[in-house]
Amino acid sequence: MSVIVTDTGFAEDDWAGPVADLTSDADPAGLAALLEAPLVRVAFPGFADGRGFTLAARLRRLGYRGRLRAAGHVIADQYAMARRAGFDEVEIDAALSARQPEDQWLARADWRAGDYRARLRGA
Amino acid sequence: MYDYNDFDRDFVARRVAQFRAQVARRIDGSLTEEEFRPLRLMNGLYLQLHAYMLRVAIPYGTLNSAQMRQLAMIAERWDRGYGHFTTRQNIQFNWPRLVDVPDILDALAEVGLHAIQTSGNTIRNVTADPFAGAAADEIADPRPVAELIRQWSTDHPEFQFLPRKFKIAVTGSPADRAVTAAHDIGLRIIERDGARHYQVLIGGGLGRAPMIGKVLHEALPEADLLPYLEAVVGTWNLLGRRDNKYKARIKITVHEQGIDRIRTLVQEEFERIRPDFPGFDRQILAQIEHHFAPPRFARKSVVAYEAARAADPVFRAWADTNLTEHRDPDHAIVTVSLKKHGAIPGDATAAQMRLLADLAKAHGHDELRITQSQNVVLPHVHKADLPAIHAVLRGAGLATANIGLASDIIACPGLDYCALATARSIPVAQGIARAIEALKIEHEVGALEIKISGCINACGHHHVGHIGILGLERGGVETYQVTLGGDAGPDAALGDRTGPGFAYDQIVPAIERLILAYLDLRAHAEERFVDAYRRLGADPFKAALYGAAEKADAA
Ligand code: HEM
Ligand code: SF4
Repeated sequence: MSVIVTDTGFAEDDWAGPVADLTSDADPAGLAALLEAPLVRVAFPGFADGRGFTLAARLRRLGYRGRLRAAGHVIADQYAMARRAGFDEVEIDAALSARQPEDQWLARADWRAGDYRARLRGA
Repeated sequence: MYDYNDFDRDFVARRVAQFRAQVARRIDGSLTEEEFRPLRLMNGLYLQLHAYMLRVAIPYGTLNSAQMRQLAMIAERWDRGYGHFTTRQNIQFNWPRLVDVPDILDALAEVGLHAIQTSGNTIRNVTADPFAGAAADEIADPRPVAELIRQWSTDHPEFQFLPRKFKIAVTGSPADRAVTAAHDIGLRIIERDGARHYQVLIGGGLGRAPMIGKVLHEALPEADLLPYLEAVVGTWNLLGRRDNKYKARIKITVHEQGIDRIRTLVQEEFERIRPDFPGFDRQILAQIEHHFAPPRFARKSVVAYEAARAADPVFRAWADTNLTEHRDPDHAIVTVSLKKHGAIPGDATAAQMRLLADLAKAHGHDELRITQSQNVVLPHVHKADLPAIHAVLRGAGLATANIGLASDIIACPGLDYCALATARSIPVAQGIARAIEALKIEHEVGALEIKISGCINACGHHHVGHIGILGLERGGVETYQVTLGGDAGPDAALGDRTGPGFAYDQIVPAIERLILAYLDLRAHAEERFVDAYRRLGADPFKAALYGAAEKADAA
């Protein structure tokens, strides 16, 4: 069973609607076609593959307002980056959620604090 | 100088706490070794040949006396009493223990220093002209914008897991002492229509497949900088190759995609990002600029300086070699050589660091700089104070008059410390410096940049040395390849390979032959080595290196 991580901690996946899946090597020219999707899920095949962060930021800049999920090998230390880049939530598998339990993710639920880029934007 | 505000202090404190927790989570198994590695690297901690190595950022090469004293304290308390200043305006401690590292980071934070993004696939410590704010030839001080970029790039959410490392350098002077053309992004402050702009270069880099940066934007308006940088790095983050780490740097992306296509993609993304920065960054930049207001320069007589010049030939030689013209005619920029003949280039002991801190406090408006050629600068010294400074430096073995000369060699740590090394570089530098000293020809030879790397990664900048030396391993023995005619200045150029390499015990004599041949070949005493090379071409220099016989064979 996969676990959905948000600022309030771990939860089960409550989503029953359609999912638009995006691979990390997706051509950014195709992002505009996803703007009406209710949920876009960006794959992280490995935690060192940082393309998903830029894809999320670009989707948001294009005006995407739906639910945005990072899924796969995202580690707790990346939770703040994911939220700042525009993701609402992270989907991880049971094994990762056991190895990095809820408290390690909640430790970065304060992702709004200490954000240089946001400060420079005046956000 | 920039002082941390509450935001910066809070950020660094949080970051140290996070790293402390990451070390603990590595130990309890929450983080795998593979996961811990980039987290450790983005906090400046390497695993090297003999021990961990901690790389501390000296932002744009500027530090004050309290920061320098803290580096001395760290060197003594947690290392072996010295540190190594690098070509990227960092200091490396070669012997810290992992358990001590969070405490070292705390000690750094106390004085507004950190090791964040000095390694890893992140935007690295931004480098700048070491004479910033002092040089007579400057258009604008590059440090405020370098600090702005530091803030923007620090923990940038999109750019912590890039395809590879990413280095940005800024110069505010046409003399370009920041080697901008050898960086992933090089920024050159220029004036256009009475307003400040940036010429933006991308895709420079050394290492394997060295390349000189190409112009991406001729004149970027100042206010567009951060969104434009974000567009460049984001475009590369998506396009850069992740299948082969040797092809991951932006120089390869530019080479494969072409600069024109990159320019189009960047421009499109820039236009989307631009509204994200409505101008608060400009307000913050204005505050930062305030921190870098020039010091109040003293007005006093320079008679003592002129008298010392006339009376003391040792002082005169040092003044002629180690001083650079300051924006205020009664002041000078002092470059303190960490290259005493036979010393390890870039190493400084804790005692030397304290002495330099004291001098900066007493005579230098509390400012110090680290240069790309691994020396230390006192940027604002009144000429009247120079004789006293020289006397103190002399007493500490820091008064070598060799800045810009043959023994002012850049050398990477090489096999003495580095896990990636294929050859020694420090002893080669020491050997060349000693040979030059023995011949007593250094001042006659004049400006000559020798740069040595201990492997193809080129940390010693050998490609842009007038004489570059690359140490490789061939069949279990060290061999040294020579390149000639490289240039690290505004008209940056990569050197040409001369031919077969030299064995470890042959490289120093070979360089000696090269230098002696130059003395015979030059048109006049003012013609620098690199100019003579450009005028005459490689042949006479190759003849000096390999002898006439070899040349005949090759013909
Ligand atoms: C001892 C530990 C060090 C390690 C493991 C290391 C590793 C590397 C590697 C792998 C590269 C090649 C990157 C590439 O081509 O993509 C590189 C480049 C470079 N490093 Fe180091 N380095 C070390 C120390 C230093 C030191 C001491 C300096 C300064 C003296 C330095 C400055 C540079 C510079 C200027 C480059 C080339 C510029 C570029 O990235 O294109 N490094 N380093
Ligand atoms: S050039 Fe090679 S040997 Fe020298 S420091 Fe860099 S990686 Fe190490």
